[in-house]
Amino acid sequence: MSKTILELNNITMQFGGVVAVDNLSLHVDEGEIVALIGPNGAGKTTAFNVVTSMYPPTNGQVLLNGKPIVSNHPHGKMKKMYAGCDRTAYPDVVTYTPDKITKMRVARTFQNIRLFKDMSVLDNVLIAKHMNIRAGVFSAMFRLNKKEESDMHESARALLSIVGLLPFQNEIAGSLPYGKQRYLEIARALATEPQLLLLDEPAAGMNPQETDELGEFIRRIRDAFRLTVFMIEHHMDLVMKISDRIYVIDFGKQISKGSPAQVQSDPAVIAAYLGEDEE
Amino acid sequence: MKKQTKRILNICIIALAIVFLYWLNANTSKQGMLVAILQKSAILAIAAVSMNLLNGFTGLFSLGQAGFMSIGAYVTSILVIPAENLNGIYYMTGVNQGLLNFRMAMANCPPWVQSFFPFLAILAGGLAAALFAALIGMPVLRLKSDYLAIATLGFSEIIRAVFSSPQMDSITNGSYGLKSVPNFPEMAGGLIPSLVTPFLIAAICILLMVLLINSSYGRAFKSIREDEIAAEAMGVNLLKHKELAFTASSFFTAVAGGLLAMYMRSIEAKTFSIALTYDILLIVVIGGIGSVSGSILSAFLVTAGKEWWLRFFDTPLYIGTWQAPLFRTGFRMVIFSILLMVVVLFYRRGLMGTNEFSWQGIMRFPQWFRRKFLKRKGAPPKGGDDT
Repeated sequence: MSKTILELNNITMQFGGVVAVDNLSLHVDEGEIVALIGPNGAGKTTAFNVVTSMYPPTNGQVLLNGKPIVSNHPHGKMKKMYAGCDRTAYPDVVTYTPDKITKMRVARTFQNIRLFKDMSVLDNVLIAKHMNIRAGVFSAMFRLNKKEESDMHESARALLSIVGLLPFQNEIAGSLPYGKQRYLEIARALATEPQLLLLDEPAAGMNPQETDELGEFIRRIRDAFRLTVFMIEHHMDLVMKISDRIYVIDFGKQISKGSPAQVQSDPAVIAAYLGEDEE
Repeated sequence: MKKQTKRILNICIIALAIVFLYWLNANTSKQGMLVAILQKSAILAIAAVSMNLLNGFTGLFSLGQAGFMSIGAYVTSILVIPAENLNGIYYMTGVNQGLLNFRMAMANCPPWVQSFFPFLAILAGGLAAALFAALIGMPVLRLKSDYLAIATLGFSEIIRAVFSSPQMDSITNGSYGLKSVPNFPEMAGGLIPSLVTPFLIAAICILLMVLLINSSYGRAFKSIREDEIAAEAMGVNLLKHKELAFTASSFFTAVAGGLLAMYMRSIEAKTFSIALTYDILLIVVIGGIGSVSGSILSAFLVTAGKEWWLRFFDTPLYIGTWQAPLFRTGFRMVIFSILLMVVVLFYRRGLMGTNEFSWQGIMRFPQWFRRKFLKRKGAPPKGGDDT
């Protein structure tokens, strides 16, 4: 049994009266590719945003390597409005800013690509490398960290060559075609040296052939960088092909989980995607 | 273009600039206006580049420049006004005893130590502003876009109000302002005359800012400008880097303020009203938000345009015996405003956009000029449906 990297316990995210994620619990083990799927508006991206601390959940806890990185319970005005359960289970409040979460080696990509559009492709990757810079402002200013800087450039270029963007390193990121921008975003996430990679719809807007290539690519980087991958995806072919386990959520609630074959034949999943028969 | 050619061209232009400055120094009496304009543009260039560091490169729309300039100007002035003049300047309320003692102690230092004091005073002004910026940055930098502008604007006005308040009379001389600030100091025992000093300091300050912008930290600044959420997700500590940019920018703004005090020879709190911030903002916008060389260029163009080249609009103009209408005091500003509008209309992103000065750019200029203005008529119409 391999080690659990990421664990979500009873995550509930409530915006006012809307429960976007309802009592979601899941775990991702080391080296796995786990997919989170569900119809539009099911709360998948919200769950990602909770994991990366973009906003605190209303209730619940996220553990990374067994250590809480996010923990909250309903307080303030949510005390009255909270509609979920387990309201006293997580008395501690743990929050970090997203950059701290990234420093704990959790990297992510975004559903609507968020590159630094007016900067060069290489700079985009270099920014992710900045996180681990040892030189202070002054030594960086006076270029006393030449070695470090050239190391940063070198590893950024190495990453670009892995995603096949090295020939484009000096181009403006925003001018790349859509598919390449997706790869650049993954390269940028890899530059933070993650143990856990969160991919938010990496295949959105890709054609079937590109999607196939992406699936291969995800597997390849998982092996090459010893990653654990947790992804949101709509392309069922891709999900069924590469994921080890799948969680299905609908209206914030988990409705199914298991291997691709199990999920595919689960009547609850079919109902959520195709609509239920009226009896 | 080869690297070597570029280096030679760079050395040539720097040598030319140095020769020109020493020539100016030898002909000060004839070229008074040119000297004044160039010095003021050098000072404003520091302020503009430091504002660009914040607005153009880090994407923080701050309007606190005048406040930080006033900190620099006041701290510098208080430290450089000759000690024997102090009692005369603070004739209304008297000088703060501690300040007077400190200045007396400074006056008793050996002369070679004293020759450093003006520079230390400018540095002290910068550091004071940087400290203040670091303090107000903590709450203020959590705000975004327009709210940040309003908050920094507010702080800048607070600083001005504090400096002119009666309670500060014995230190800042309240609303009377400070007079007899000495001129720019000489360096290296007269080798670098006082006329050249502001240019040298401006060059050093701008060089430091360019180095910062091109370092890894500068890349992080730009990432914040591009997309805060993505920057944070890539491990850029937003508050730390915003604070860094804010503090650095305030430091250099205050250095510009200190130099401005030496340039004007007397300061009062009114000088540092919001209008000064807008002047600097104007320079930044005209030069191109996100372009250092644009800011430097437009600092000169705006200053010269406003105070020199358009002067003749202010004096009555006679053609023969016929007096041209409208030529009277203040008309210059009308023309200046129209010119600004023209520039903004034709160069939406400023004169330089986000580009920097480069020799290749200069070499390409004739080509660009031909394409833009001469070949347009002959060019065949472009087909639109080949996409």
